[in-house]
Amino acid sequence: MANAQAPAHAHGDDHYYIPHGSPWPIIAAVALFCLMWGAVAYLDDWAGAWAFVPGPILIFYMFGGWFHTVIGENQLGIYNAQVDRSFRMGMMWFIFSEVMFFGAFFGALFYARVLAVPWLGGQGVKGLTNLILWPRYEAAWPTNGPGHIGGENFEAMSAYGIAAINTLILLTSGLTVTIAHHALRSGNRGRLKLFLAFTFILGFSFVALQGHEYYDAYTKLNLRLTTGIYGSTFFMLTGFHGLHVTIGAIMLLVVWLRVLRGHFTPRQHFAFEAVSWYWHFVDVVWLGLFVFVYWL
Amino acid sequence: MYRERLGIRPGTWLGMAAMVAAAMAALPAAAADEATKSGWGLLNLPVGVTSISRDVYSIHMMAFWVCVAIGILVFGVMIWSIIFHTRSRGAVADVTLVHNTKVEIVWTTIPVLILIGMAIPAAHGLVLISDDSHSQLDVKVTGFQWGWQYDYVGKGVSFISKLDAKSMAASELDSGISPYSVPHYLRNVDHPMVVPVGTKVRLLLTAVDVIHSWWVPDLGIKKDAIPGYINQSWFEVDADKPGTYRGQCAELCGRGHGYMPIVVKALSKSDFQAWLKREAAAEKAAAARMASSS
Amino acid sequence: MAEPHTETHAHAEHDHKPHGWRRWVFATNHKDIGTMYLVFSCIMFFTGGAFAMMIRAELFKPGLQLVDAGVFNSLTTMHGLVMIFGAIMPAWVGLANWMIPIQIGAPDMALPRLNNLSFWILPFAFVLLLSSWLVPGSAPAGGWTMYPPLTLQFGSSFPMLIFAIHMMGISSILGAINVVVTIMNLRAPGMTLLRMPLFVWTWLITAYLLVAVMPVLAGAVTMMLTDHFFGTSFFNAGGGGDPVMFQHIFWFFGHPEVYIMILPGFGVVSEVIPAFSRKPLFGYEAMVYATASIAFLSFIVWAHHMFTVGLPLAALLFFMFSTMLIAVPTGVKVFNWTATMWRGSLTFEPPMLFSLAFLFLFTIGGFSGLMLALVPADFQYQDTYFVVAHFHYVLVSGSLFAIMSGVYYWLPKWVGRMYDIRLATWHFWLSAIFFNVLFFPQHFLGLAGMPRRIPDYAVQFADWNMVSSLGGFAFGLSQLLFPYIIWKCVRSGQRVEGTRAWDGARGLEWELPSPAPYHSWTTPPTEAMIARGAEH
Ligand code: HEA
Ligand code: HEA
Ligand code: CUA
Ligand SMILES: [Cu+2]
Repeated sequence: MANAQAPAHAHGDDHYYIPHGSPWPIIAAVALFCLMWGAVAYLDDWAGAWAFVPGPILIFYMFGGWFHTVIGENQLGIYNAQVDRSFRMGMMWFIFSEVMFFGAFFGALFYARVLAVPWLGGQGVKGLTNLILWPRYEAAWPTNGPGHIGGENFEAMSAYGIAAINTLILLTSGLTVTIAHHALRSGNRGRLKLFLAFTFILGFSFVALQGHEYYDAYTKLNLRLTTGIYGSTFFMLTGFHGLHVTIGAIMLLVVWLRVLRGHFTPRQHFAFEAVSWYWHFVDVVWLGLFVFVYWL
Repeated sequence: MYRERLGIRPGTWLGMAAMVAAAMAALPAAAADEATKSGWGLLNLPVGVTSISRDVYSIHMMAFWVCVAIGILVFGVMIWSIIFHTRSRGAVADVTLVHNTKVEIVWTTIPVLILIGMAIPAAHGLVLISDDSHSQLDVKVTGFQWGWQYDYVGKGVSFISKLDAKSMAASELDSGISPYSVPHYLRNVDHPMVVPVGTKVRLLLTAVDVIHSWWVPDLGIKKDAIPGYINQSWFEVDADKPGTYRGQCAELCGRGHGYMPIVVKALSKSDFQAWLKREAAAEKAAAARMASSS
Repeated sequence: MAEPHTETHAHAEHDHKPHGWRRWVFATNHKDIGTMYLVFSCIMFFTGGAFAMMIRAELFKPGLQLVDAGVFNSLTTMHGLVMIFGAIMPAWVGLANWMIPIQIGAPDMALPRLNNLSFWILPFAFVLLLSSWLVPGSAPAGGWTMYPPLTLQFGSSFPMLIFAIHMMGISSILGAINVVVTIMNLRAPGMTLLRMPLFVWTWLITAYLLVAVMPVLAGAVTMMLTDHFFGTSFFNAGGGGDPVMFQHIFWFFGHPEVYIMILPGFGVVSEVIPAFSRKPLFGYEAMVYATASIAFLSFIVWAHHMFTVGLPLAALLFFMFSTMLIAVPTGVKVFNWTATMWRGSLTFEPPMLFSLAFLFLFTIGGFSGLMLALVPADFQYQDTYFVVAHFHYVLVSGSLFAIMSGVYYWLPKWVGRMYDIRLATWHFWLSAIFFNVLFFPQHFLGLAGMPRRIPDYAVQFADWNMVSSLGGFAFGLSQLLFPYIIWKCVRSGQRVEGTRAWDGARGLEWELPSPAPYHSWTTPPTEAMIARGAEH
């Protein structure tokens, strides 16, 4: 019987926030489906590049709509502290999953450098591989492999050119976003706007510079995605990172626009924090890239 | 109530466990030549004809009996409760029995000890198997879709080994040919690998298209053939066990995966030398013919 | 105590429940979403089962009778993929959706819209995967493990496979995040971590595994995609890559994946056995720590699937030892369950029967797993039917039986009606017996030298294959009882009185009226309820 004595006044709705049905998730699912089908159709030559169009359009529509709803609800102050906590935890674990995704590619890089290439070069337990299958191949890094996949010769990407500049850019942007955060907390909107602007401008310039780096790689260094394992790991790692920087910069821009609209309070600003976490994550991944892909 | 009566039924498990143990106990009998006896008796690994295969066999049986022993113990206790600690027998739950540090320590440490006991022979056997030094004959084995190529390194002998024509014909979809009418259906090749007994043969395995896996149970070895890499493995057929030993590709490699058997003919040293001469001569002749015809 | 929770109940009555298709398509209610997951999983189970039936039919006797060898490989591949990603995993997420909020005294999942998205991605993902049967060259045929270079050889089905996997991965990650956040953030006041039911605990740890490894799978298939279409050389020796590298990345996901499929099962069994032994779970904390250590170990054993690829001796030794270690925490669990039954007062309703079968058969599967862990022995077992037998003992009589057990345990709470116990008991005995007829002989086949993934075999394997196939058909047909029993229960089952469907059942779900109200704990449960549930 004890349970029947639950306080009568305690009515759920003011304790817990439960959103009612929303069309956005299903739209997201459909959008993803279109994107994937588009990719299949294109890669399989059933259709031209236009097959790619519907997916992304739907995706952008969905993000716009979904975030619009959430932001609206947020401004109405529907969310309580618990919901805010849920969002934070959710974002953290999402970032963790992203880290694991990059982990797979770093794993591939280390495996190739520490095991595969030396084996092909005649060292270690699979030494005979070199003697019998790839005579005259010497293990080295960077390499396009014993089959010289992607052309006889290419040049490695230097760590001291654009890469170094980009490192500085990202580190600075990490700093500026932190300054912006402190400004937001201390209610200094002016500085907030300024440094947040710095941050996404730095972000976009990073992307621009990387674009230039890729251009050089293809035109001057003869370094391509198809340049053996070096080209594969280089472009896939920096490419996925660049993609994340782009997304992050766009999110920063959106947050900045919201700031201009007077959103966020010194105490309530989950979206801002989420984006800044994401930005720091992108930052850290880059350091890993700089050390293992460019430098060592 | 029927549900109370069900209480005793799980006793059948005991029967099942016993059956299994009995069946497996009669195992070594199964080591005899597979094809001659009916499939019902084929219940266990072959003991095989190499030091490795015997090693593996003993490790396998050791592990098996350990599991049977633990199984009888654990299942015994379970069955006991299932039979006697039931409400139908008026058993009253002893709700104080929720945790007991001593017991828990015991049943954590004992398994550890058992595992160590199993790990030692396994590790020892593994070290032996991994030592492919001092080979007396090197054969490069190349898997392809779907067959094997054997190159006797430095012996001028090299040939391709594929599923034999009879099996091929019978294995067609609705071929109408009974597999039973084909000798060694799917386990026979046009051109078997030939090795001398009492000789340490080292295999240098690779593949040209996709991953294959070279496996002959009686020799006790299985190793993947990976495109672009060389894997090594070795075996030495007992001097007193010349004969024909059969296996199959053991890594999914496409439509023909089920159709790339491995047949190893182990000859006495002298017979092998004779075979080697004949083979080398034949291949020279063939090469000459090729040259002249072109 | 059997009185319904009037407040919640009252609330449930005048609770505006959305109607029509919107209720499902726009769903944000954890029960609706859970139901959709379970229905989807059931459909996929029958789909994957149908593939399995074709496999068993082709293997009924030597010679090729029904399908072309290539199609057979597609059947095997799709059977594995559909069962793992379509049947077992969604079933667990469905049960998590239904039970976790109820069991921790929460009103719903923490991120209800994300929850809806995680589900709705799935049907689309499987439309994509299953429609690959229709494209030229038919469905993927490289095995569910998708090893390159073989998988790279397939035509149109290849990108469909890759992108379907991507979608399933996104769905699982979002679902897992939701579970973690719900458990960490929405527990009712007083529901401390060490008071949580084991189903919640095992799912929490499972969710961590999911968030950690699904992205790795996504990475692996992405590399395959670029190798196939954009000329990268990850898995191409000529470019300095290595086909085996894929196996390392895949199994870094793949091994935790198999524990993802079993840990929630451990949870269910840990709820059911105490309930029908009328005795608290033995060694609750030990169970929690055992689960955690299994999860931890699962990250450092992956190469036990690759003993024959030519790993260095040191690696072989390391992975053999680490793999064997897993027997210890798993053993602790088995012993705890046994001790829970010891001096209990057992009855044998369907949930208990399935959990008991789990106890015996999963353990047998574990034993064969341990044998597989011994590298020299694995050289003989690897890629034979011995392995197939092993993983069906842990997956079918493990994961699947645990799911059945959970459904039969909680169904009365979901629909407020009791199913036909006699029929369900029949379902159990038919399943348990024919399961063994189906899979036990596969141990013999494997040891006698029959490789897996072959459409046709040497005649000495004919006898046991026929037994296995007969067992398979019988097992398959028995499964038709399952949806029928549920359907019958929902339509015309006898109403269950009060909150407890089973006299021994403990936990917050049994403090709610049956059927559970649309919004479970709109008012947090009382300390008394929580304490009653956490008797250990
Ligand atoms: C639910 C899924 C599940 C579970 C729980 C397990 C559990 C285990 N598995 Fe299994 N496994 C699979 C699913 C699973 N596996 C699948 C799907 C494959 C094939 C993949 C493919 O190739 O397609 C596979 C393959 C597989 C292999 C590779 C075989 C090969 O391809 O060559 C190995 C090798 O080590 C292995 C080992 C183990 C071990 C040691 C356990 C342990 O966790 C078992 C531990 C349990 C016990 C040991 C029993 C209870 C313990 C006691 C009673 C205590 C006392 C016991 C002792 C001290 C011995 N498994
Ligand atoms: C948890 C997952 C799971 C489940 C539940 C099952 C269930 C079954 N599996 Fe398996 N299986 C795998 C996971 C699973 N499997 C995996 C991962 C592989 C490896 C794939 C690979 O090698 O890549 C595999 C591989 C595999 C093989 C080896 C194929 C090969 O190597 O070529 C076989 C062969 O017998 C098999 C059989 C079965 C059978 C008979 C069932 C039965 O339990 C199914 C019973 C269910 C039904 C039958 C459906 C319900 C009934 C109907 C649809 C009505 C129609 C029924 C009739 C007409 C009789 N499975
Ligand atoms: Cu070659 Cu399988
Ligand atoms: Cu594993």
